[in-house]
Amino acid sequence: MIVSVRNLTHRYGSRVALDNLSFDVAPGTIFGLLGPNGSGKSTLFRILATMMAPTSGRATIDGFDAVRQAGEVRRRIGVVFQSPSLDRKLTVGENLAAQGHLYGLAGATLKARIGATLERLGLADREQDLVETLSGGLRRRVEIAKALLYGPSVLLLDEPSSGLDPAARLELISAIAALRDGQGVTVLLTTHVLEEADRCDRLLLLHQGRRVAEGTPAELKSRVGGDVVLLEVADAAAMRGRLRERFGIEPQLADGLLRVEIPNGHRFLTEVVEAFPGAIRSISLHRPTLEDVFLDETGVSIGQEARA
Amino acid sequence: MSRHFWLAVATLAWREFVRFWRERARVAGFVGSPLLFWLIIGSGFGDLAFFFPGAVTLTVMVSATFSTMSLIEDRREGFLLSVLVSPAPRSAMVLGKVLGASTLAWLQGLMLLGFLPLAGLRPAAASVLAAALFLYLIAFTFTALGFLIAWQMESSQGFHAVMNLVLFPLWMVSGALFSPSSAHGWMRLLMQWNPLTYSLAALRRLLGTAADPALPALAPSVMVTAACALTLFVLATLAVRHPPKRSFA
Repeated sequence: MIVSVRNLTHRYGSRVALDNLSFDVAPGTIFGLLGPNGSGKSTLFRILATMMAPTSGRATIDGFDAVRQAGEVRRRIGVVFQSPSLDRKLTVGENLAAQGHLYGLAGATLKARIGATLERLGLADREQDLVETLSGGLRRRVEIAKALLYGPSVLLLDEPSSGLDPAARLELISAIAALRDGQGVTVLLTTHVLEEADRCDRLLLLHQGRRVAEGTPAELKSRVGGDVVLLEVADAAAMRGRLRERFGIEPQLADGLLRVEIPNGHRFLTEVVEAFPGAIRSISLHRPTLEDVFLDETGVSIGQEARA
Repeated sequence: MSRHFWLAVATLAWREFVRFWRERARVAGFVGSPLLFWLIIGSGFGDLAFFFPGAVTLTVMVSATFSTMSLIEDRREGFLLSVLVSPAPRSAMVLGKVLGASTLAWLQGLMLLGFLPLAGLRPAAASVLAAALFLYLIAFTFTALGFLIAWQMESSQGFHAVMNLVLFPLWMVSGALFSPSSAHGWMRLLMQWNPLTYSLAALRRLLGTAADPALPALAPSVMVTAACALTLFVLATLAVRHPPKRSFA
């Protein structure tokens, strides 16, 4: 296992940010930490990036302890923070060169490495551009190039697509997948974006510093019983009672909508509409998403808490 | 290891230069303030020769400390984070920043030294050279001080406030405006305890404006300044081992 976390606990004063967390990441995979803001994923990220020591427990990367062997770990990780780390007054090439120097690379080796890394991320024609002239999506790709320059075994990405528009987000996700496929890079990322989480090989769902669930996106979604039907009604409490009476089910109330998990959702949908004509403003059916998984396990939605 | 150390130092110092050069406003201020200085001393007020070393010192002090303000910005953006999680030693990060910023402040001081003849000062070439080198020590000291304070600061406003509170009083009781022998009682004591008094005394002795017998001698003055430079640098290096957590987003 390339990343191994054992019984990791972190407290800020009396607030518990991480609660006895353990997991492993297999090499060459994209591993996602999915959870709302405040779920502890940023704390975990900082510990893995050697920026902070946990209160107890341990994290190792490539067998090296993130606290006691921070120097060894730093040589093996490429880190992309949520806040931009590029110097906007320098060109793409200058930023990468400075990064190379910090890792002890210089001269022809560095030059070749910069060329190859930019090529890999489709940035070859951007080397001379000042960072401040680039779009948000391109800047994020340069950030990844910067983190990859040294050839790390693990790439740590903190909310890689935050602040990007949907098109740039998809492009970035594809670029990350290409790195795994082409170079066998292990990627560990934090996210609260479902599209991003869906593209991970394996996910760990975090809530209040604790593990909620772990598995591939497909495995996690299969835990939800059948389809998900969402109802928008005038009086949710009353409708809840009527549904319980009529169908013997217990709908959840989330984000102002009644939510029902049920096998053969299409049949249920038509039955409900016919049973309560006029009472339903809108009704929809979807295959379970990671959001549904999270709701089932925690009672809160990822987006809901992110907004709070 | 040591090659890696110096590579990191050089790249971080180089970055200070490039950033400076690409920000036109800073370049304008860099050239403009000595020009203003020249205009004022050219108009010929008071005892120019007496005020000259103090004015040069003040320019270097201000330029050196305020150039470290970019540290606050570096920390707010992620640049500093990426340096901190790199295998480069933390001391290399401090040294790179301090060398880059202090060299810029020093170059500005050198421009002012060019106005020596206008102030009616004509020291020997060797003395001017020594004064120029000594000016670098002053620049280094105040860059290290600026670094140490900027590291603790959340905002550039806070940094401004603190630096104004430190720099100007320090300068005013350093013998830049009046000589130690004209000061009385507690003021004289303050001057004796102010390290900047020694820096200024050394500069005065080198530039030949040291008429006051109460002024400290050259050797102890240089030693006090060098000790301050070293102490502040070591403190800055120790400070970065424990980054102030809450200022990292």
